Amino acid sequence: MKREEQLVVKIENGTVIDHIPSSKLFEVINLLHLEEIKESAVVIGYNLESKKFGRKSLIKVFNKYFTDAELNLLSVVAPNVTLCIIKNFEVVEKKKVVMPKEVRGIVKCANPKCITNNEPMETVFHSNGEEKHTLTCHYCSKEQSLEGLKLVN
Amino acid sequence: MKHSLVTIANLTKEKIEYLVEMAQEFEKYPNRKILEGKVLATLFFEPSTRTRLSFETAANRLGARVIGFTDPKVTSSTKGETLKDTIIMVGGYADIIVMRHYLEGAALYASEVAPVPVVNAGDGANQHPTQTMLDLYSIYKTQGTLENLNIHLVGDLKYGRTVHSLLMAMRHFNPTFHFIAPKELAMPEEYKQYCREHGIKFVEHEDFNEDIISQADILYMTRVQRERFTDLMEYERVKDVYVLKAAMLEKAKENMRILHPLPRVNEIAYDVDEDPHAYYFQQAKNGLYAREAIICDALGLTIEDVRNDKTIIL
Ligand SMILES: [Zn+2]
Repeated sequence: MKREEQLVVKIENGTVIDHIPSSKLFEVINLLHLEEIKESAVVIGYNLESKKFGRKSLIKVFNKYFTDAELNLLSVVAPNVTLCIIKNFEVVEKKKVVMPKEVRGIVKCANPKCITNNEPMETVFHSNGEEKHTLTCHYCSKEQSLEGLKLVN
Repeated sequence: MKHSLVTIANLTKEKIEYLVEMAQEFEKYPNRKILEGKVLATLFFEPSTRTRLSFETAANRLGARVIGFTDPKVTSSTKGETLKDTIIMVGGYADIIVMRHYLEGAALYASEVAPVPVVNAGDGANQHPTQTMLDLYSIYKTQGTLENLNIHLVGDLKYGRTVHSLLMAMRHFNPTFHFIAPKELAMPEEYKQYCREHGIKFVEHEDFNEDIISQADILYMTRVQRERFTDLMEYERVKDVYVLKAAMLEKAKENMRILHPLPRVNEIAYDVDEDPHAYYFQQAKNGLYAREAIICDALGLTIEDVRNDKTIIL
Protein backbone atom coordinates (compact mmCIF):
# COMPACT_ATOMS: atom_id res chain seq x y z
CA MET A 1 0.00 0.00 0.00
CA LYS A 2 1.22 3.42 -0.84
CA ARG A 3 2.03 5.49 2.26
CA GLU A 4 -0.78 7.88 2.91
CA GLU A 5 1.67 10.67 3.55
CA GLN A 6 2.84 10.55 -0.03
CA LEU A 7 -0.65 11.54 -1.04
CA VAL A 8 0.16 14.99 0.33
CA VAL A 9 2.01 17.07 -2.24
CA LYS A 10 5.64 18.08 -1.87
CA ILE A 11 6.31 21.74 -1.48
CA GLU A 12 9.07 23.82 -3.02
CA ASN A 13 9.25 26.53 -0.38
CA GLY A 14 7.47 26.86 2.92
CA THR A 15 6.89 25.24 6.29
CA VAL A 16 5.85 21.70 7.18
CA ILE A 17 4.32 21.12 10.59
CA ASP A 18 4.35 17.40 11.24
CA HIS A 19 3.32 14.97 13.97
CA ILE A 20 0.32 16.99 15.06
CA PRO A 21 -2.06 14.88 17.18
CA SER A 22 -5.20 14.73 15.03
CA SER A 23 -7.34 15.94 17.92
CA LYS A 24 -5.25 19.13 18.06
CA LEU A 25 -5.19 19.89 14.32
CA PHE A 26 -7.85 22.56 14.41
CA GLU A 27 -6.27 24.29 17.37
CA VAL A 28 -2.97 24.45 15.50
CA ILE A 29 -4.78 25.96 12.52
CA ASN A 30 -6.34 28.55 14.83
CA LEU A 31 -3.15 29.43 16.64
CA LEU A 32 -1.24 30.07 13.41
CA HIS A 33 -4.21 31.91 11.87
CA LEU A 34 -3.93 29.78 8.74
CA GLU A 35 -7.45 30.78 7.72
CA GLU A 36 -6.10 34.27 7.13
CA ILE A 37 -3.53 33.20 4.56
CA LYS A 38 -4.74 34.55 1.25
CA GLU A 39 -1.88 34.42 -1.27
CA SER A 40 -0.58 30.88 -0.98
CA ALA A 41 -1.73 27.32 -0.60
CA VAL A 42 -2.12 25.41 2.64
CA VAL A 43 -2.35 21.62 2.42
CA ILE A 44 -3.71 19.75 5.36
CA GLY A 45 -3.31 16.03 5.88
CA TYR A 46 -5.72 14.77 8.51
CA ASN A 47 -5.52 11.44 10.28
CA LEU A 48 -2.62 9.99 8.32
CA GLU A 49 -1.04 6.71 9.28
CA SER A 50 2.20 7.07 11.20
CA LYS A 51 4.55 4.39 12.52
CA LYS A 52 5.31 6.24 15.73
CA PHE A 53 1.98 7.86 16.47
CA GLY A 54 -0.73 5.61 15.08
CA ARG A 55 -2.60 8.51 13.52
CA LYS A 56 -1.30 12.01 13.07
CA SER A 57 -1.98 15.12 11.09
CA LEU A 58 0.30 17.45 9.20
CA ILE A 59 0.12 20.86 7.60
CA LYS A 60 2.14 22.20 4.70
CA VAL A 61 2.13 25.93 4.24
CA PHE A 62 3.45 27.14 0.90
CA ASN A 63 5.77 30.11 0.70
CA LYS A 64 5.46 31.06 4.31
CA TYR A 65 7.87 31.02 7.25
CA PHE A 66 6.71 31.66 10.77
CA THR A 67 8.53 33.47 13.53
CA ASP A 68 9.77 31.42 16.47
CA ALA A 69 7.30 33.24 18.69
CA GLU A 70 4.41 32.16 16.45
CA LEU A 71 5.63 28.57 16.32
CA ASN A 72 6.23 28.41 20.06
CA LEU A 73 2.55 29.05 20.62
CA LEU A 74 2.07 25.50 19.38
CA SER A 75 3.94 24.17 22.39
CA VAL A 76 0.84 24.79 24.48
CA VAL A 77 -1.46 22.54 22.42
CA ALA A 78 0.94 20.25 20.60
CA PRO A 79 4.37 20.23 22.24
CA ASN A 80 5.71 17.32 20.18
CA VAL A 81 5.18 18.64 16.66
CA THR A 82 8.14 18.78 14.31
CA LEU A 83 8.75 21.73 12.07
CA CYS A 84 10.60 21.65 8.76
CA ILE A 85 11.65 24.73 6.86
CA ILE A 86 11.68 23.88 3.15
CA LYS A 87 13.62 25.72 0.46
CA ASN A 88 13.90 24.36 -3.09
CA PHE A 89 12.26 21.08 -2.06
CA GLU A 90 14.99 20.57 0.56
CA VAL A 91 14.63 20.57 4.32
CA VAL A 92 17.01 23.34 5.30
CA GLU A 93 16.11 23.43 8.97
CA LYS A 94 14.32 21.20 11.47
CA LYS A 95 12.96 22.73 14.63
CA LYS A 96 11.23 21.71 17.84
CA VAL A 97 8.80 24.04 19.46
CA VAL A 98 9.97 25.56 22.72
CA MET A 99 7.61 26.32 25.56
CA PRO A 100 7.71 30.06 26.28
CA LYS A 101 8.25 31.02 29.95
CA GLU A 102 5.07 33.03 29.89
CA VAL A 103 1.96 32.24 27.85
CA ARG A 104 -0.28 35.26 27.35
CA GLY A 105 -3.76 35.35 25.92
CA ILE A 106 -3.62 31.88 24.34
CA VAL A 107 -5.39 29.45 26.66
CA LYS A 108 -8.15 29.64 29.23
CA CYS A 109 -7.73 28.81 32.88
CA ALA A 110 -9.57 25.61 33.78
CA ASN A 111 -10.63 27.01 37.15
CA PRO A 112 -14.16 28.43 36.81
CA LYS A 113 -13.62 30.52 39.95
CA CYS A 114 -10.53 32.17 38.49
CA ILE A 115 -10.78 35.92 37.94
CA THR A 116 -9.66 35.45 34.31
CA ASN A 117 -12.90 33.57 33.56
CA ASN A 118 -15.06 36.30 35.05
CA GLU A 119 -13.46 39.52 33.89
CA PRO A 120 -12.62 40.75 30.37
CA MET A 121 -8.84 40.39 30.66
CA GLU A 122 -5.86 38.59 29.18
CA THR A 123 -4.91 35.23 30.68
CA VAL A 124 -1.31 34.73 31.79
CA PHE A 125 0.34 31.40 32.55
CA HIS A 126 3.82 30.48 33.69
CA SER A 127 5.43 27.40 32.21
CA ASN A 128 6.75 24.77 34.59
CA GLY A 129 9.47 23.54 32.27
CA GLU A 130 9.51 21.26 29.24
CA GLU A 131 9.24 17.94 31.02
CA LYS A 132 6.32 18.74 33.34
CA HIS A 133 3.80 19.58 30.60
CA THR A 134 1.88 21.91 32.88
CA LEU A 135 1.16 25.61 33.10
CA THR A 136 0.38 27.54 36.26
CA CYS A 137 -2.18 30.32 36.12
CA HIS A 138 -0.55 33.62 37.08
CA TYR A 139 -3.75 34.74 38.82
CA CYS A 140 -5.29 31.78 40.67
CA SER A 141 -2.03 29.74 40.90
CA LYS A 142 -3.73 26.53 39.72
CA GLU A 143 -1.31 24.22 37.96
CA GLN A 144 -2.95 22.53 34.98
CA SER A 145 -1.89 19.97 32.42
CA LEU A 146 -1.48 21.04 28.80
CA GLU A 147 -3.81 18.31 27.54
CA GLY A 148 -6.84 19.78 29.29
CA LEU A 149 -6.34 23.39 28.24
CA LYS A 150 -8.74 25.14 25.87
CA LEU A 151 -7.89 28.07 23.65
CA VAL A 152 -9.39 31.44 24.46
CA ASN A 153 -12.13 32.33 22.04
CA MET B 1 7.07 52.86 47.34
CA LYS B 2 3.75 51.06 47.26
CA HIS B 3 3.79 47.43 48.37
CA SER B 4 0.67 45.47 47.64
CA LEU B 5 0.24 42.38 49.79
CA VAL B 6 -1.45 39.72 47.68
CA THR B 7 0.11 36.46 48.78
CA ILE B 8 2.33 35.24 51.57
CA ALA B 9 3.95 32.64 49.32
CA ASN B 10 6.53 34.97 47.80
CA LEU B 11 7.50 36.93 50.90
CA THR B 12 11.11 36.43 51.91
CA LYS B 13 12.12 35.30 55.37
CA GLU B 14 13.48 38.79 56.02
CA LYS B 15 10.22 40.41 55.00
CA ILE B 16 8.18 38.13 57.26
CA GLU B 17 10.49 38.85 60.19
CA TYR B 18 10.35 42.56 59.39
CA LEU B 19 6.54 42.59 59.47
CA VAL B 20 6.53 40.60 62.73
CA GLU B 21 8.87 43.17 64.22
CA MET B 22 6.70 46.00 62.99
CA ALA B 23 3.61 44.36 64.49
CA GLN B 24 5.48 44.28 67.82
CA GLU B 25 5.94 48.06 67.62
CA PHE B 26 2.22 48.48 67.10
CA GLU B 27 1.43 46.19 69.97
CA LYS B 28 3.50 48.46 72.23
CA TYR B 29 1.63 51.53 71.01
CA PRO B 30 -1.45 50.63 68.98
CA ASN B 31 -3.00 54.13 69.01
CA ARG B 32 -1.40 56.75 66.81
CA LYS B 33 -2.10 59.40 64.23
CA ILE B 34 0.58 58.16 61.86
CA LEU B 35 -2.00 57.77 59.06
CA GLU B 36 -3.83 61.04 59.66
CA GLY B 37 -5.07 62.43 56.37
CA LYS B 38 -5.08 59.03 54.66
CA VAL B 39 -8.16 57.27 53.35
CA LEU B 40 -8.39 53.47 53.36
CA ALA B 41 -11.03 51.74 51.25
CA THR B 42 -12.42 48.37 52.28
CA LEU B 43 -14.01 46.67 49.26
CA PHE B 44 -15.74 43.51 50.39
CA PHE B 45 -17.20 41.80 47.32
CA GLU B 46 -17.95 38.96 49.69
CA PRO B 47 -19.01 39.67 53.27
CA SER B 48 -16.60 38.87 56.10
CA THR B 49 -17.48 40.89 59.15
CA ARG B 50 -14.53 39.78 61.28
CA THR B 51 -11.85 40.57 58.75
CA ARG B 52 -13.44 43.89 57.85
CA LEU B 53 -13.77 44.94 61.49
CA SER B 54 -10.15 44.07 62.12
CA PHE B 55 -8.94 46.17 59.18
CA GLU B 56 -11.23 49.08 59.96
CA THR B 57 -10.13 49.05 63.60
CA ALA B 58 -6.49 49.03 62.54
CA ALA B 59 -7.06 51.99 60.20
CA ASN B 60 -9.07 53.92 62.79
CA ARG B 61 -6.50 53.38 65.53
CA LEU B 62 -3.82 54.85 63.27
CA GLY B 63 -5.86 57.93 62.40
CA ALA B 64 -6.88 57.00 58.85
CA ARG B 65 -10.43 57.37 57.61
CA VAL B 66 -12.29 54.47 56.08
CA ILE B 67 -14.62 54.27 53.08
CA GLY B 68 -15.99 51.18 51.40
CA PHE B 69 -18.75 48.69 50.94
CA THR B 70 -19.50 45.28 52.33
CA ASP B 71 -22.52 44.09 50.50
CA PRO B 72 -21.93 43.30 46.85
CA LYS B 73 -25.62 43.77 46.14
CA VAL B 74 -25.38 47.52 46.65
CA THR B 75 -22.42 48.00 44.34
CA SER B 76 -22.37 48.22 40.62
CA SER B 77 -20.64 44.89 40.16
CA THR B 78 -24.15 43.50 39.87
CA LYS B 79 -24.77 46.05 37.11
CA GLY B 80 -21.94 44.53 35.12
CA GLU B 81 -19.12 46.87 36.02
CA THR B 82 -15.75 45.17 35.74
CA LEU B 83 -13.49 44.71 38.74
CA LYS B 84 -10.90 46.78 36.90
CA ASP B 85 -13.22 49.79 36.60
CA THR B 86 -14.22 49.58 40.26
CA ILE B 87 -10.61 49.36 41.40
CA ILE B 88 -9.40 52.24 39.23
CA MET B 89 -12.28 54.42 40.39
CA VAL B 90 -11.74 53.67 44.09
CA GLY B 91 -7.98 54.01 43.57
CA GLY B 92 -8.71 57.59 42.59
CA TYR B 93 -10.42 58.22 45.93
CA ALA B 94 -8.39 56.24 48.46
CA ASP B 95 -4.70 55.88 49.35
CA ILE B 96 -4.92 52.13 49.87
CA ILE B 97 -7.45 49.42 49.01
CA VAL B 98 -8.22 46.43 51.23
CA MET B 99 -10.29 43.97 49.26
CA ARG B 100 -11.98 40.64 49.71
CA HIS B 101 -13.35 38.83 46.70
CA TYR B 102 -15.01 35.49 45.99
CA LEU B 103 -12.91 34.90 42.86
CA GLU B 104 -9.39 33.47 42.94
CA GLY B 105 -6.69 35.77 41.65
CA ALA B 106 -8.92 38.85 41.99
CA ALA B 107 -6.52 40.55 44.40
CA LEU B 108 -3.48 40.00 42.20
CA TYR B 109 -5.33 41.42 39.20
CA ALA B 110 -6.55 44.38 41.26
CA SER B 111 -2.98 45.06 42.41
CA GLU B 112 -1.88 45.14 38.77
CA VAL B 113 -4.47 47.69 37.68
CA ALA B 114 -4.76 49.82 40.83
CA PRO B 115 -2.90 53.13 41.12
CA VAL B 116 -2.57 52.53 44.90
CA PRO B 117 -1.44 49.54 47.00
CA VAL B 118 -3.86 46.65 47.40
CA VAL B 119 -4.04 44.41 50.45
CA ASN B 120 -5.68 41.04 49.87
CA ALA B 121 -8.20 40.26 52.60
CA GLY B 122 -9.03 36.92 51.01
CA ASP B 123 -9.66 35.92 47.38
CA GLY B 124 -11.86 32.86 47.19
CA ALA B 125 -10.08 29.67 48.15
CA ASN B 126 -6.77 31.18 47.12
CA GLN B 127 -4.98 33.44 49.62
CA HIS B 128 -5.56 35.27 52.87
CA PRO B 129 -2.13 36.67 53.71
CA THR B 130 -3.10 38.94 56.59
CA GLN B 131 -4.56 35.94 58.44
CA THR B 132 -1.24 34.19 57.92
CA MET B 133 0.69 37.22 59.19
CA LEU B 134 -1.36 37.30 62.37
CA ASP B 135 -0.85 33.55 62.78
CA LEU B 136 2.90 34.02 62.38
CA TYR B 137 2.88 36.91 64.80
CA SER B 138 0.94 34.81 67.32
CA ILE B 139 3.39 31.94 66.95
CA TYR B 140 6.34 34.27 67.37
CA LYS B 141 4.82 35.96 70.39
CA THR B 142 3.97 32.76 72.22
CA GLN B 143 7.11 30.79 71.35
CA GLY B 144 9.66 33.60 71.20
CA THR B 145 10.79 32.32 67.81
CA LEU B 146 9.48 31.00 64.50
CA GLU B 147 12.32 28.48 64.18
CA ASN B 148 12.26 24.69 64.70
CA LEU B 149 8.70 24.35 65.99
CA ASN B 150 6.30 21.40 66.00
CA ILE B 151 3.10 22.66 64.45
CA HIS B 152 0.02 20.44 64.57
CA LEU B 153 -2.70 21.29 62.05
CA VAL B 154 -6.04 19.74 62.94
CA GLY B 155 -9.37 19.31 61.15
CA ASP B 156 -10.10 20.38 57.59
CA LEU B 157 -6.70 20.38 55.90
CA LYS B 158 -8.17 19.91 52.43
CA TYR B 159 -10.10 23.15 52.00
CA GLY B 160 -8.59 25.20 54.82
CA ARG B 161 -6.67 27.91 53.04
CA THR B 162 -5.30 29.31 56.31
CA VAL B 163 -3.40 26.09 56.98
CA HIS B 164 -2.07 26.01 53.41
CA SER B 165 -0.79 29.58 53.63
CA LEU B 166 0.73 28.94 57.05
CA LEU B 167 2.50 25.90 55.68
CA MET B 168 4.05 27.91 52.86
CA ALA B 169 5.03 30.84 55.05
CA MET B 170 6.72 28.55 57.59
CA ARG B 171 9.04 27.01 54.98
CA HIS B 172 11.77 29.47 56.00
CA PHE B 173 11.79 28.35 59.62
CA ASN B 174 12.48 24.61 59.67
CA PRO B 175 9.16 23.47 61.17
CA THR B 176 7.87 19.94 61.67
CA PHE B 177 4.21 19.70 60.74
CA HIS B 178 1.73 17.14 61.96
CA PHE B 179 -1.32 16.83 59.72
CA ILE B 180 -4.26 15.54 61.75
CA ALA B 181 -7.39 15.06 59.66
CA PRO B 182 -10.03 12.59 58.54
CA LYS B 183 -9.27 10.88 55.23
CA GLU B 184 -11.79 12.95 53.31
CA LEU B 185 -10.22 16.19 54.48
CA ALA B 186 -6.55 15.16 54.45
CA MET B 187 -3.81 17.53 53.34
CA PRO B 188 -3.86 17.58 49.52
CA GLU B 189 -1.00 15.95 47.66
CA GLU B 190 0.13 19.24 46.09
CA TYR B 191 0.93 20.66 49.54
CA LYS B 192 2.70 17.51 50.63
CA GLN B 193 4.72 17.81 47.44
CA TYR B 194 5.41 21.43 48.36
CA CYS B 195 6.75 20.22 51.72
CA ARG B 196 9.03 17.67 50.07
CA GLU B 197 10.34 20.24 47.61
CA HIS B 198 11.09 22.70 50.39
CA GLY B 199 12.48 20.22 52.91
CA ILE B 200 9.59 20.67 55.33
CA LYS B 201 9.15 17.63 57.60
CA PHE B 202 5.64 16.31 58.09
CA VAL B 203 3.82 13.42 59.75
CA GLU B 204 0.21 12.43 59.02
CA HIS B 205 -2.29 11.20 61.59
CA GLU B 206 -5.92 10.21 61.53
CA ASP B 207 -6.10 9.95 65.33
CA PHE B 208 -6.35 12.99 67.52
CA ASN B 209 -5.47 12.30 71.14
CA GLU B 210 -3.41 13.52 74.09
CA ASP B 211 -0.28 11.65 73.05
CA ILE B 212 -0.22 13.34 69.67
CA ILE B 213 -0.98 16.70 71.29
CA SER B 214 1.87 16.20 73.78
CA GLN B 215 4.50 16.87 71.08
CA ALA B 216 3.00 20.12 69.83
CA ASP B 217 4.31 23.65 70.26
CA ILE B 218 1.37 25.00 68.28
CA LEU B 219 -1.99 23.26 67.96
CA TYR B 220 -3.79 24.89 65.06
CA MET B 221 -7.47 23.93 65.05
CA THR B 222 -9.86 24.40 62.10
CA ARG B 223 -13.56 23.81 61.51
CA VAL B 224 -14.73 20.47 60.17
CA GLN B 225 -17.80 21.50 58.19
CA ARG B 226 -20.59 19.14 57.27
CA GLU B 227 -20.93 20.55 53.75
CA ARG B 228 -17.35 19.52 52.92
CA PHE B 229 -18.25 15.83 53.07
CA THR B 230 -19.52 13.86 50.12
CA ASP B 231 -20.22 10.96 52.45
CA LEU B 232 -22.41 12.08 55.36
CA MET B 233 -21.90 8.76 57.17
CA GLU B 234 -18.22 9.63 57.23
CA TYR B 235 -19.06 13.07 58.65
CA GLU B 236 -21.13 11.52 61.44
CA ARG B 237 -18.27 9.15 62.21
CA VAL B 238 -15.54 11.80 62.42
CA LYS B 239 -17.32 14.96 63.57
CA ASP B 240 -16.50 14.36 67.23
CA VAL B 241 -13.02 12.95 66.66
CA TYR B 242 -11.48 16.34 65.86
CA VAL B 243 -12.99 18.18 68.79
CA LEU B 244 -10.50 19.45 71.34
CA LYS B 245 -11.50 19.06 75.01
CA ALA B 246 -9.66 20.30 78.09
CA ALA B 247 -9.02 16.74 79.26
CA MET B 248 -6.90 16.11 76.16
CA LEU B 249 -4.40 18.78 77.25
CA GLU B 250 -3.00 17.01 80.30
CA LYS B 251 0.22 15.96 78.62
CA ALA B 252 0.63 19.16 76.61
CA LYS B 253 3.93 21.05 76.74
CA GLU B 254 3.84 24.14 78.87
CA ASN B 255 4.69 26.45 75.96
CA MET B 256 2.03 24.91 73.72
CA ARG B 257 -0.65 27.31 72.49
CA ILE B 258 -3.94 26.60 70.73
CA LEU B 259 -4.71 28.71 67.68
CA HIS B 260 -7.90 28.90 65.62
CA PRO B 261 -8.77 31.34 62.82
CA LEU B 262 -12.28 31.83 64.30
CA PRO B 263 -15.22 31.63 64.22
CA ARG B 264 -15.26 28.27 65.94
CA VAL B 265 -18.35 26.15 65.95
CA ASN B 266 -17.81 23.11 68.13
CA GLU B 267 -14.27 21.98 67.36
CA ILE B 268 -12.94 23.51 70.57
CA ALA B 269 -15.04 22.66 73.63
CA TYR B 270 -15.86 25.63 75.86
CA ASP B 271 -13.96 24.10 78.77
CA VAL B 272 -10.74 24.75 76.84
CA ASP B 273 -11.29 28.53 76.99
CA GLU B 274 -10.15 28.63 80.63
CA ASP B 275 -7.07 26.51 79.96
CA PRO B 276 -3.74 28.41 79.92
CA HIS B 277 -2.97 26.87 76.51
CA ALA B 278 -5.95 28.58 74.88
CA TYR B 279 -4.79 31.48 72.75
CA TYR B 280 -7.39 32.00 70.00
CA PHE B 281 -8.89 35.21 71.36
CA GLN B 282 -5.49 36.84 71.82
CA GLN B 283 -4.69 35.58 68.34
CA ALA B 284 -7.62 37.54 66.94
CA LYS B 285 -6.43 40.59 68.84
CA ASN B 286 -2.96 40.14 67.35
CA GLY B 287 -4.66 40.56 64.01
CA LEU B 288 -5.08 44.21 64.83
CA TYR B 289 -1.32 44.74 65.29
CA ALA B 290 -0.43 42.61 62.28
CA ARG B 291 -2.85 44.60 60.11
CA GLU B 292 -1.57 47.92 61.43
CA ALA B 293 1.88 46.81 60.29
CA ILE B 294 0.63 45.57 56.93
CA ILE B 295 -1.29 48.77 56.16
CA CYS B 296 1.69 50.98 57.06
CA ASP B 297 4.11 48.83 55.07
CA ALA B 298 1.78 48.90 52.07
CA LEU B 299 1.68 52.70 52.28
CA GLY B 300 5.47 52.83 52.22
CA LEU B 301 6.13 53.56 55.90
CA THR B 302 9.20 51.79 57.30
CA ILE B 303 9.85 50.31 60.71
CA GLU B 304 12.06 53.36 61.38
CA ASP B 305 9.12 55.65 60.64
CA VAL B 306 7.07 53.64 63.12
CA ARG B 307 9.80 53.72 65.79
CA ASN B 308 10.34 57.46 65.35
CA ASP B 309 6.64 58.18 65.22
CA LYS B 310 5.77 61.33 67.19
CA THR B 311 2.01 60.85 66.88
CA ILE B 312 1.62 58.11 69.49
CA ILE B 313 -1.48 58.50 71.66
CA LEU B 314 -0.73 57.23 75.14
ZN1 LIG C 1 -6.61 30.87 36.91
